[in-house]
Amino acid sequence: MTPLSALLVRDMRLAVRVGGGAMMGVLFFLIVVTLVPFAVGPDLAQLQRIGPAILWIGALLASLLTLDRLFAADHEDGSLDLLLMGRAPLELAVLAKAIAHWITTGLPLVIAAPLLGLFLNLEPMATGAVALTLLAGTPALTCIGVIGAALSVALRRGGLLLPVLVLPLTIPVLIFGVSASNAAMVGPVTFGAPFTILCALTLGSLVLGPLAAAAALRHGLE
Amino acid sequence: MPRLVATGLGCVRGQRDIFHDVNFQLSAGEALALTGPNGAGKSSLLRLIAGLLRAPSGRIELDGGAADLTIPEQAHYQGHLDAFKPSLTVAENLVFWIHYLGSTAPPGAALEALGIAGLADLPAGYLSAGQRRRLSLARLVAVPRPIWLLDEPTSALDAAAQARLAELMRQHLAGGGMIVAATHGPLGIDATELRLGNAP
Repeated sequence: MTPLSALLVRDMRLAVRVGGGAMMGVLFFLIVVTLVPFAVGPDLAQLQRIGPAILWIGALLASLLTLDRLFAADHEDGSLDLLLMGRAPLELAVLAKAIAHWITTGLPLVIAAPLLGLFLNLEPMATGAVALTLLAGTPALTCIGVIGAALSVALRRGGLLLPVLVLPLTIPVLIFGVSASNAAMVGPVTFGAPFTILCALTLGSLVLGPLAAAAALRHGLE
Repeated sequence: MPRLVATGLGCVRGQRDIFHDVNFQLSAGEALALTGPNGAGKSSLLRLIAGLLRAPSGRIELDGGAADLTIPEQAHYQGHLDAFKPSLTVAENLVFWIHYLGSTAPPGAALEALGIAGLADLPAGYLSAGQRRRLSLARLVAVPRPIWLLDEPTSALDAAAQARLAELMRQHLAGGGMIVAATHGPLGIDATELRLGNAP
């Protein structure tokens, strides 16, 4: 096994073991989305209108939930020192960890979204659109999140700092994710335009996130 | 013959001058024992060599090592933390590090060498302090690296394991390796002593 695939497999294995937190994201997503109808009342038309936004905000918060442990756990047990000393480029090691995090946290959210769409009275077409935008957009959330996770790694209680750092940066992803979903439901713009920008944001963050996070980890050595 | 040469090394932690102007030379097959009181900077010096701290002054060079690799990439660092995940088994932990550090050796021989082969399927969280230390030493055996940086390698080890460790270090040196070890007690091998200054 190559160093990077070994890291990917280890992180996925850790996520599904006891205390790993792979299911935490989905459960949190479920609870947030379930709470909304209680808060806004049983107005089906209104729920349908805000449904995509609720699903997106739920997914955004859920994918941040386990991110703070991404490097902090490795920092606490000394693994991060050895990851830094390894022969694999740190940027790619960060990317491998981000991919493992997305597979164990982001992908379950995408799979759960159609089910939760039923709770919000979304039509099949709209549910499919939300799931598709989440599939395209959640990797961006993870890759932006790793920057915050790397910055907060050396700080005590850095986990509290993480959402404050990361959430503002995710606004563009949220805007285009929700607007693509709405475009599929009601128009007037086509689904393709915002969806393409969402894909571009994801591709950009796939490159920038690991670079910035690796730089933050190296700087955090001091 | 590879040589590890440090000239004029300094270390500042939190605006406090830990040590300055530290020099040493280490040839293949030699060991260096770092001694000194608590807070003298033994661990910091090891982390400097491992590339985990930046030195404000001085430099460390490896003459005659692999040209395309940095010193940290040719070194093993064993600090106070052992870098194992409690929810993975002993074998899974070791296999991960063997693969990540770029080797393909099976873990069995290394676990055997440290006398913990019988624990391979146990989650690492159930290991005692001494067993965890043995497991982290198994990493040094499983993946060949010319430089070993060891922080208090004998701590938590029983007499038999300390003798085993001394034997492993002798083999490493005989094979042309280098060892820098921070220690308070005897290492069990011939080593040049580098005493770090008295902390204020």
